[in-house]
Amino acid sequence: MTQSNDQSTSRRDFLKVSTATAVGTGVLSSLGSTAHIYAGGDDKVKVGLVGCGGRGTGAASQALSTDGNVKLEAMADAFDDRLDRSLKNLQKQFSGRPERIDVAEEKKFVGFDAYQKVLDSGVDVVILATPPGFRPIHFEAAVNKGVHVFMEKPVATDVTGVKKVLAAAKKAKDKKLAVGVGLQRHHQAPYIETINRLKDGAIGDITSMRCYWNGGGVWEPRLDRKDAKSEMEYQMRNWYYYNWLCGDHINEQHIHNIDVCNWLKEDFPVKAYGMGGRQVRTDKKYGEIYDHFAVEFEYADGTRMYSQCRHIRNCWNSVTEHAQGSKGSCDISGAKYQTNAGYKWKYRGKKPNPYQVEHDDLFAAIRKGTPYNEAEYGAKSTMTAILGRLATYSGKPVTWDQAMASNVNLMPKDFSWEATPITVPDDNGFYPIPTPGATKVL
Amino acid sequence: MLSVRRPGHLMQGKVAFLAAFLVSVSLANAGETEKTMKPYTEKIANTDVTFDMVPIPGGEFVLGSPAGEKKREDDEGPQIKVKIEPFWMGKHEVTWNEYDVWSFNLDIQRRKLTRVKADAKEKAADAVTRPTKPYTDMTFDMGHDGYPAICMTQLAAKTYCKWLSEKTGHYYRLPTEAEWEYACRAGTTTAYSFGDDPSKLDDYAWHYANCNDTYQKVGKKKPNPWGLYDMHGNVSEWVLDQYIPDAYKKWSGKGTLKFPVNVPTKLYPRIVRGGSWDDEPEELRSANRIYSSSDWKIQDPQLPQSIWYHTDAIMVGFRVVRPLKVPTAEERKKYNLDPIIPADEGR
Repeated sequence: MTQSNDQSTSRRDFLKVSTATAVGTGVLSSLGSTAHIYAGGDDKVKVGLVGCGGRGTGAASQALSTDGNVKLEAMADAFDDRLDRSLKNLQKQFSGRPERIDVAEEKKFVGFDAYQKVLDSGVDVVILATPPGFRPIHFEAAVNKGVHVFMEKPVATDVTGVKKVLAAAKKAKDKKLAVGVGLQRHHQAPYIETINRLKDGAIGDITSMRCYWNGGGVWEPRLDRKDAKSEMEYQMRNWYYYNWLCGDHINEQHIHNIDVCNWLKEDFPVKAYGMGGRQVRTDKKYGEIYDHFAVEFEYADGTRMYSQCRHIRNCWNSVTEHAQGSKGSCDISGAKYQTNAGYKWKYRGKKPNPYQVEHDDLFAAIRKGTPYNEAEYGAKSTMTAILGRLATYSGKPVTWDQAMASNVNLMPKDFSWEATPITVPDDNGFYPIPTPGATKVL
Repeated sequence: MLSVRRPGHLMQGKVAFLAAFLVSVSLANAGETEKTMKPYTEKIANTDVTFDMVPIPGGEFVLGSPAGEKKREDDEGPQIKVKIEPFWMGKHEVTWNEYDVWSFNLDIQRRKLTRVKADAKEKAADAVTRPTKPYTDMTFDMGHDGYPAICMTQLAAKTYCKWLSEKTGHYYRLPTEAEWEYACRAGTTTAYSFGDDPSKLDDYAWHYANCNDTYQKVGKKKPNPWGLYDMHGNVSEWVLDQYIPDAYKKWSGKGTLKFPVNVPTKLYPRIVRGGSWDDEPEELRSANRIYSSSDWKIQDPQLPQSIWYHTDAIMVGFRVVRPLKVPTAEERKKYNLDPIIPADEGR
């Protein structure tokens, strides 16, 4: 039995979006989500961007596509070439609305302390999109400065960072600052509808969950060893492959899926058991991260979440979340479920771009002055991923409380191109690789 | 620094490209004539992957649909007479098994594991640009082995053809829109290659009502009269042309056209043909034209967006053709047959 919720209309709407949008309609103009109404829409919101990679630039574009008067005024990156390319791309993107980008030469900041200069430049909102290792430092500084924040996930790479973000999140609430976190599934209509139905008991009590980020891996290292002026520059350019910067791929990507399970469960795991390793991506240019993890998370009530993430080509791929309930099962990512009694449901509604919606929601809250703070669940889902990494690297169960009681800090003591990161290669260019059974993680 | 090194790398790529062009002279179908064209199976070296090619005879046909065709759209007319040169066409849509060899370097990886030395063809193929890795799983969990590759940009599909040409020593490219429709019709003049009755569609095509919301393995339905599978439905297929709504109008009155193609000058909209698992029957008609838009990348969170992947074109794939008469360098340039990778690669 299939539910007949005005499928014909919504299906046509979806088709319009997916195949037949009018010629010349750009991404930005086609979104046109003007669902929220706010007073004082003409008040200018000044935006700063910290971290000018592809994602930071994309986030800036989405921020500048929100309703009302919004302007990019300051930018920061560790590298001037990244900053320049980002600005160029944004100017191209906004060639029809050039007034949205007004970054004066003296508001382009380069280096490790550039973020502070952006915060000091008088912006109202800052986008934090550097490699995640820097996020706690940047977020704390933004809150101290009293600036609203959009920060990309994950929000840290180690426990010390998570604790810093949680403390700053509390402070942000006290200061009534709005904080958005780039876990965009929370702003994705099919997810919202599906999770709400599951919470309403559509498939009974949730008895277990499973989730995956199995894919072929991400970008290749960008900088050759021979072209690096220092170890710090080498790791910064190739940040995905170093734990202090990225937190491994369970943290950097798989957090999305882990977070969905936490969202459904309305809780965070108390314990993790994991295994994984570095089977295929073994070349020294791939730094120190693993290429596969399989982690079992345990919640306080005994419910388990089974998680896999893999960066190996030509294997079974899936980037999905699923829930098993006492009365049925759900493909959360597919926005469909079926009950043991034979009832089938699938989301047929509209699918606005979640990357835009998350900015629309944040900026609407900023303009209205309504409380808005995603930092806490962002930090705790980040912590869940880190917990999985700790259990996998050590080969032993690790509890949330044990991890949170530790003070392991992966970050360098100081930040400069001459500073030494916490892990360095041996004479042959190989990094120490975490070894289950031998590696101490706490 | 990266910004300085990058052009250098690209330069090297271009030199390698030129070298590959010289090798490409051997891509000619020496001695083959229309009469000797046969179906054949091509093996992709250093993999277990094969694909089948079907000969398509040259001939004349009428492009577009008659004014009276049910559910016809304005851009399908007026009908134009077109002369088509013979070519081979992929019996099936390109599958993930084939596509991932290129996009994930599986041939190079296998060569290394088995310690096989690269021959001249392999070296030429290695020099063709391969895409950056997708940031997420591009099958969207709908299936891999035997399923059509999807979500690639037209540039990626063209670059795959370029790679496949070097790899196999046979010249492959995307079909033109006219070639595609000619092959789809397979001598028929009805709305579909099996007639006008959409109720027969289930025998020949995967479409919205019978596909369970997903693409299907290639070749599971009946072929068209020329032995091509899934021309209607399953996934829409990239062709070479820019979408120009009144293209046929501009071509009309010029007699029988030879090799008509609207060489793209803009990124959007470009054409896919055949309709998909996500489409209604009328969109699967032989003459129906579907075109790309920037919305096909709406969920790509990066700026600039990937030049290789769409994030929302989960109904788009492609199939390859191999013309009997291999185009000259001038023809390739004139018709924009070769992929042109932008200087700033996007990522």
